[in-house]
Amino acid sequence: MLARIKEFLGMEAKPKEEASQQEVEKVAEEEKTKPRIGYIHLSGCTGDAMSLTENYDILAPLLTEMVDIVYGQTLADVWWDDENPMPEMDLALVEGSVCLQDEHSMKELLEVREKAGLVVAFGSCAATGCFTRYSRGGQQANPRHESFVPIADVVKVDLAMPGCPPSPEIIAKTVVAVINGDMDYLQPMMDLVGYTEACGCDLQLKVVNQALCIGCGTCAMSCPTRAVTMTNGRPEVNSDRCVKCGVCYIQCPRSWWPADRINQDLGL
Amino acid sequence: MVLGTYKQITLARSTDKQIQKISQDGGIATGLLCFALDEKIIDGAVVAGPSDEMWKPEPTVALSSDEIMAAAGTKYTLSPNMWMVKEAVRQYGLEKAGIVTIPCQTMGLRKMQSYPIGVRFVADKIALDIGICCTENFPFESLKTFISAKAGVNFDLVEKMDIGKGKFWVKTQDDMISFPIKETHGYEQSGCKVCLDLVSELSDISTGSIGAPDDWSAVQVRTDIGETVFNKAVDAGAIELKPIDEGKFGLEMLTRLSKSKKEKAMKEIDRRKELGLPVPYKASSEKEDPLANV
Ligand SMILES: Cc1cc2nc3c(=O)[nH]c(=O)nc-3n(C[C@H](O)[C@H](O)[C@H](O)COP(=O)(O)OP(=O)(O)OC[C@H]3O[C@@H](n4cnc5c(N)ncnc54)[C@H](O)[C@@H]3O)c2cc1C
Ligand code: SF4
Ligand code: SF4
Ligand code: SF4
Repeated sequence: MLARIKEFLGMEAKPKEEASQQEVEKVAEEEKTKPRIGYIHLSGCTGDAMSLTENYDILAPLLTEMVDIVYGQTLADVWWDDENPMPEMDLALVEGSVCLQDEHSMKELLEVREKAGLVVAFGSCAATGCFTRYSRGGQQANPRHESFVPIADVVKVDLAMPGCPPSPEIIAKTVVAVINGDMDYLQPMMDLVGYTEACGCDLQLKVVNQALCIGCGTCAMSCPTRAVTMTNGRPEVNSDRCVKCGVCYIQCPRSWWPADRINQDLGL
Repeated sequence: MVLGTYKQITLARSTDKQIQKISQDGGIATGLLCFALDEKIIDGAVVAGPSDEMWKPEPTVALSSDEIMAAAGTKYTLSPNMWMVKEAVRQYGLEKAGIVTIPCQTMGLRKMQSYPIGVRFVADKIALDIGICCTENFPFESLKTFISAKAGVNFDLVEKMDIGKGKFWVKTQDDMISFPIKETHGYEQSGCKVCLDLVSELSDISTGSIGAPDDWSAVQVRTDIGETVFNKAVDAGAIELKPIDEGKFGLEMLTRLSKSKKEKAMKEIDRRKELGLPVPYKASSEKEDPLANV
């Protein structure tokens, strides 16, 4: 997988990259074969795509000159059907979970896996199922559609970028890391591919129950729905508000610890 | 690397008489934040402010020197300062937030800055992190036990608590009671047992009492940002300096205590790994420097 990313981007790892405008411009100026990118929209709310486009200022040169967006409804107005086969892609961003009863979505996802070198679960719906985990069907347009799962349940995923939505900064940092072949930065996103059963209760099960919680409050700070509050120095999750995005546990300093990257970013 | 990477280590204290009076040690945390606020280096700060309950801190967004000063002094119990960071940026609209953090909070902060996975436009609004040293922290109920049962003092009468010279000190208006720090063992939160950081190695400027005489602080200036702010504060006369003693009660003690904290934590980390319990750090056998915070 590491070799594959590097190979298609034809780049060596370059340490210490900031997702700054200059960096992105520099990357965009360098002449390389343009990676072909696809954006696949399954069962999500388009928040992830909006977060991506919030980066337009810094990523514009990259998105317009550096890569070819070859597939996607919103970003490229290309839609796959029987007459128009899905193009080959180097990288496919998949937003949204996949509905097991939705034949079209299932077919599209399987086809993406065929056609794309790398598949990224983009946003929490694709990565963990997020709020679509609560679906129980019985609604229009199709009452049969009730089982929504993270895409890694159905196809092999190479990188996961959870977040409800992922922040514009993490998207920019990741794009720059992918283009620079900065594997160290991407490693946590490769590890997160396996984190598909996310829940606010992970704070209790995987941190407090494991004698690891130190009451820092990072989880409560990062929850997008304010489901987490701190009571006597421990997180308390209001399960009625939790959308199972996984962000709280992912940001917790006691879940995984990217020490080297932090030292590098701080110049220490 | 027992004390992390730093550009400068020195004794220091705030020159402000009021801050000297209310602060825990040299008033570096309060003094630097007030200075940074005056100089518009920050436009507010997250601190462990007072709550309705005596000695139970509440993470607070301070917008004035008065509010920063109201948080002076160590509260030996949990104050989830990271909780208020997004609040500071969103609700209070801070563009350049300061924050005081104990080492594990510093770690949450830095991880969020390097990997702001689900935290949108907050990382770039952190202008200054003052790290304070920490050996361990206590649930509020533990603290109550120390005060009422061990020191035998009414909670409301306590003016200051301190850990130093092997003892836990409780100061009231007319009394100074102490008991051996050993008696606090078993009351600390267990998450501290795997903590490899005494001196807030990832802060911009870290400060603590170990290695410093009474009413002074031992300060380590770490990042470029920290260096700029600290030098400005010294040049402006807000902070005064004194070289740190290299010997037994100075640098040597700080180094020794940091090393022993790390060694104890590594033993626990290795033990947990053997049992198959999760822990975010590497085992001794997996890292080059067995005492590094990785
Ligand atoms: C739990 C704990 C354990 C500590 N253990 C040690 C130790 O072993 N060795 C050592 O040298 N120093 C230790 N310290 C730090 C020390 O007690 C002083 O806080 C530090 O030297 C700063 O002194 P100052 O005069 O500069 O701070 P002040 O100017 O008095 O300001 C103190 C600052 O600390 C913040 N604060 C107070 N309580 C907490 C809390 N519970 N959590 C987060 N922030 C808080 C306040 O917001 C305030 O801004 C510990 C601090 C805490 C909170
Ligand atoms: S982020 Fe901090 S408070 Fe929340 S679970 Fe993790 S260690 Fe505990
Ligand atoms: S508690 Fe909040 S951050 Fe955690 S999984 Fe639920 S919604 Fe996401
Ligand atoms: S010992 Fe470490 S984990 Fe415990 S409170 Fe202090 S900094 Fe946090």
